[in-house]
Amino acid sequence: MKNFFGRAVIGFAASAVIAFAAAAADFTPVVLYDVGGKFDKSFNEAAHVGAEAFKKETGGEYRDFEPTNETQYEQALKRFARRNADLVIAVGVGYSVAVRKVAEEFPNVKFTIIDGNVDLPNVQSITFKENEGSFLVGMIAAMKTETGQIGFIGGMDIPLIRRFEEGYRQGANYVRSDLSFIENYVGTTASAWNDPIKAAELAKSQYARGVDIIFAAAGPSGLGVIQAAKDKDRLTIGVDSNQNHVAPGHVLTSMLKRVDLAVQAAMTDAKNGTWKAGHRVMGLAEGGVDYAVDENNAALITAEMKTRLDEARAKIVSGEIVVDDAEGANSAH
Amino acid sequence: MIDLFADLVLLTDSTIRTATPLVLAGLAGLCAERAGVVDIGLEGKMLAAAFAAASAAAVTGSAWVGLGAGLVTSLLFAVLHGYVSISQRGNQVVSGMAINILVAGLAPTLAGAWFHLGGQTPLLGDEARFAALDWPFADAVADVPVLGALYSEIISGHNAITYMTVAVVPLVAWMLYKTRFGLRLRAVGENPEAVDTAGISVTRLRYQAVMIGGLLCGLAGTVLSTGLGAGFIRDMSAGKGYLALAAMIFGRWKPVPTLLACLLFGFVDALQGRLQGESLPLIGEIPVQFTMMLPYVLTVLILAGFAGRMVAPKASGIPYEKDH
Repeated sequence: MKNFFGRAVIGFAASAVIAFAAAAADFTPVVLYDVGGKFDKSFNEAAHVGAEAFKKETGGEYRDFEPTNETQYEQALKRFARRNADLVIAVGVGYSVAVRKVAEEFPNVKFTIIDGNVDLPNVQSITFKENEGSFLVGMIAAMKTETGQIGFIGGMDIPLIRRFEEGYRQGANYVRSDLSFIENYVGTTASAWNDPIKAAELAKSQYARGVDIIFAAAGPSGLGVIQAAKDKDRLTIGVDSNQNHVAPGHVLTSMLKRVDLAVQAAMTDAKNGTWKAGHRVMGLAEGGVDYAVDENNAALITAEMKTRLDEARAKIVSGEIVVDDAEGANSAH
Repeated sequence: MIDLFADLVLLTDSTIRTATPLVLAGLAGLCAERAGVVDIGLEGKMLAAAFAAASAAAVTGSAWVGLGAGLVTSLLFAVLHGYVSISQRGNQVVSGMAINILVAGLAPTLAGAWFHLGGQTPLLGDEARFAALDWPFADAVADVPVLGALYSEIISGHNAITYMTVAVVPLVAWMLYKTRFGLRLRAVGENPEAVDTAGISVTRLRYQAVMIGGLLCGLAGTVLSTGLGAGFIRDMSAGKGYLALAAMIFGRWKPVPTLLACLLFGFVDALQGRLQGESLPLIGEIPVQFTMMLPYVLTVLILAGFAGRMVAPKASGIPYEKDH
């Protein structure tokens, strides 16, 4: 009997050691999406694409979690931190408060937050210069418009979305100064991200008033703008992920935010031991933002337009053009 | 002057679109409440119908199948509400609220499980939606002054359900005031004892009223996801059910005033979109937050006093019990 216990104990200990060794060998980062869910055709999907790219390139595994509401953020962060996850990536500025709290509680766990800025020794904050990408799509809109009127539709009226608008306006004015702008916001609460009907109504109103191109930075509500562009046979500009395929011929281009690159880089760095805490800003120079050209919109973007865009891009990267920003865009709200 | 006219035409056009789901939901609430059943679950039923219609339309590619699915789903929830509040004599507000909360969670969860798009349904193509219908010669007469714009912008170019709504309002009014069924329906909301004494089943009448409301709500939800929008998105009803309820109260539980109240709400909503970023003389540019407040400020003002005394159907909200 005693012998059996002895063996059992040794057996347990051995399996524990093996398990520990296995855990140390298999680097497994975790991705936490925000409430949009990982297949939102936009922001979260880009994070998912990045994680998949990491998996493909390194053969490593990752785990992910889709919360159904914002109250689960902190709970999920804690759960993975308690299990000593190798790296916890929180996708979305909505996580800021929860990441700050949990990162203080678990100083030995590495956290990466996308779109938010949390200043702690174990947190890496990655934000984007959306204004620089918006500058380029603003130029495209200004070069393409026939009526001299372009529009902007934002989702929730927060500084982060004002940043898109700033860059867009400045880019358009860089090309020509005689443009008139119409801008609308869907709402001032979080429900503004999920109101495509209101967004479509705003878009129809803008189109009827002479606007022929609308840049929509409105999350899922933006799908309403694309629908309106299709119904009214006008143009729109997508956001975050490449949305050119949603209505080919009606999406002039998309302002890409390379969340996929950010997620992949954070995972790879952590695996190689080169992950660093601190604030990392991804603009045009770092390849963090861009505009999308694919088979769906190739006919809409001419070579001449591309040349001008490349010139402007070089000037922004070199610092000759400084794109204005909206204040407080990456703070928690 | 021309600008002002063009703006008015635009606003009217937008008002008609925005008001469509409100009018349908408002009439749904009206039918139920005139029969004595408070229906705060308009929001949930609309959302359920929007989800069912978008899912069915996405799978089959037919807007009409979507409409059928929307109507049936909303009807099922209406029957559930009826079972709780009529047969089981439960609290009607609690039952309605339960439906709202249930649907708000259930619809995106099912959408996520079926379509894997993070709680949305796929975007619908033109054949799977109730697209805008252009009336004959709409383009040809668009340039005729005044009348051309009225015809081509306001009368033409809406979806099939909006045109149905135009017919539904007189239909509901006729049913309520000109038919024997309508007389009984109104009586059961004022004095169910009298109806019962006359040998007519209160339960049956109330079920019928709630189910009519369910069908109208189904139509309202379907127009959201397959007419005005092109697919289901989490929480896409965005409080329209509650706004419809307010419009119904403002319209004093009568069809035509309810229609006017819904049009007013729709108009203020359209106006707020138009006013954003405009500078007004003397005031300057109005902040977005302020213009967005307009519909709600209006609601509070109207309900708080301007509209005078509102008398609800006497038996509204009270379950009928035969043996006192």
